Amino acid sequence: MTQLALVIDLNVCVGCQACVTNCKEWNTSGEAGPMVDQNPYGKDPTGTFFNRVQTFEVGEFPNTETVHFPKSCLHCEDPPCVPVCPTGASYKRKEDGIVLVDYDKCIGCKYCSWACPYGVREFDEKQKVMKKCTLCVDRLYDPAMTEEERRPACVRACPTSARLYGDIHDPESEVSHAIRESGGYQLMPEWGTSPANHYLPRRKTKLRLRHDEIERADNPLKVDGLLPKPGKSEPSLDDVTSW
Amino acid sequence: MHPAFSVIFLTTLIGAGQGLFLALFTAQSYALFDLLPKQDSHAFYAHGSLIALLFLIGGLIASFFHLGRPERAWRSATQWRTSWLSREVIVLPAFMGTVFLYGMAHLLDFKPVLATLPGNIAIDLTMVLGVVGWVLAFALYVCTGMIYACLRFLREWHSPLTVINYILLGGASGFTLATVFAAFAAPDLVRFFAGWAVVITLLGLVSRVASLIRNARLKPKSTLQTAIGIKHPRIVQKSQGFMGGSFNTREFFHGKSAGFLRSLKWIFLLLAFVIPAMLLARALTGQGAMELMLLAFIVQYLGLMAERWFFFAQANHPQNLYYQAIG
Repeated sequence: MTQLALVIDLNVCVGCQACVTNCKEWNTSGEAGPMVDQNPYGKDPTGTFFNRVQTFEVGEFPNTETVHFPKSCLHCEDPPCVPVCPTGASYKRKEDGIVLVDYDKCIGCKYCSWACPYGVREFDEKQKVMKKCTLCVDRLYDPAMTEEERRPACVRACPTSARLYGDIHDPESEVSHAIRESGGYQLMPEWGTSPANHYLPRRKTKLRLRHDEIERADNPLKVDGLLPKPGKSEPSLDDVTSW
Repeated sequence: MHPAFSVIFLTTLIGAGQGLFLALFTAQSYALFDLLPKQDSHAFYAHGSLIALLFLIGGLIASFFHLGRPERAWRSATQWRTSWLSREVIVLPAFMGTVFLYGMAHLLDFKPVLATLPGNIAIDLTMVLGVVGWVLAFALYVCTGMIYACLRFLREWHSPLTVINYILLGGASGFTLATVFAAFAAPDLVRFFAGWAVVITLLGLVSRVASLIRNARLKPKSTLQTAIGIKHPRIVQKSQGFMGGSFNTREFFHGKSAGFLRSLKWIFLLLAFVIPAMLLARALTGQGAMELMLLAFIVQYLGLMAERWFFFAQANHPQNLYYQAIG
């Protein structure tokens, strides 16, 4: 069975908010209705977003690291928000595992948002229904788009390729490889929700160069200049002679 | 969590309405076995059912203010297999209908005898409707309580005490309301209702204090470490990703100080339990003036509203871990 998901590499994310902007742009223009903002230029601007990038500081000064943390619906394999919905507006698609809200059935009781430990569902003040990340389900199967375009808007926008997209149930997919080989993990595993989205941890990036790789071992004068001219009877290999 | 007044009114009003019906039917059951004097069908049971129904209707109206799309509310009865909210949506109208029929049967004196118990005790239609209503009243308390108790992330709510509190607190206010009603319509029942009201109020005090103690000892399961998956003892949020508010910052924070919460706790313990119990106890010594009982009910109802506000505000949602610093 397919379970589409995102894998987000915290080692690569630079916190540029491009995924936030592109998510809002794509989804506010969609046929499901706009994600309306209130007071966009006023005192208390607010609005509906499916995706946010947060920033955390880990460690104690001066030994700190800044971690940019993109956060959107994790499309849990056992989503706690779905069974509590009284109308059946919240559902998990069997064919690809995407958790969706039917905006025509939702009564806006906000109960599902209480049942989500990650706080990824947002009530739309204009449409008066609960909204959440759709994994850009309106892009993924659009025959008018090229294969390259049939990916979530946030993935397309990421300039550092921190966001990978694919089927985590296919062991040979790019995301499964990333989870397996780069230590992919789930958020709040203590609740057993089994989020489909995974995160790749921060890794120490070091240049692994030996001394003799940057300085020529066969350079007796420790200069990268002209080498002394060898005698006529000596071997004339390129790397030991000057001509 | 941010306490919504629609839900506070819903839960307190229907709790009192259910309790009043339970009190009426308790009196009828006692009277059936000649343990209490029989009451007039019209003046007591029909009017009492009407008052219970008014409370239930008030709660139902309040609940609609919680919905973004109230015109679609009928859809919420469909997922009774999985959702306690859906079950409540089914049980509430069923209970209201039963209370209506119970009141009508008393009003119209439509009491065909359906069975006879040994000792020539006739079980008429109102007794059967009463038993159905009794079951539905308890089912409704359980549904209301389970809506909150089933959310395992909200650990302050995820406890059998939540359901027990909804039963006892609703029952206490209902029996207090029944005492007021009896002082007006059936003075010989004042001591009976006041006695039960004191007992249920004190039981409610015990179970509410038990849940307060339990919640004070809770250790959060989710931490910033599990929330973002970084194993370091010191993590500080520097930005939540936006400067203005959002649904996440409005719905899950009560926005009041810890001191406000602490003082409200003592206020509701006094108003919902201690003061009403003392006022009701005066009825037991024969001083149950209607004004005094009315005061007891009003004080208890205000106390229960404070209690419900506190109940929501105390629940700390794990999503709050992601919204600690604006930027």
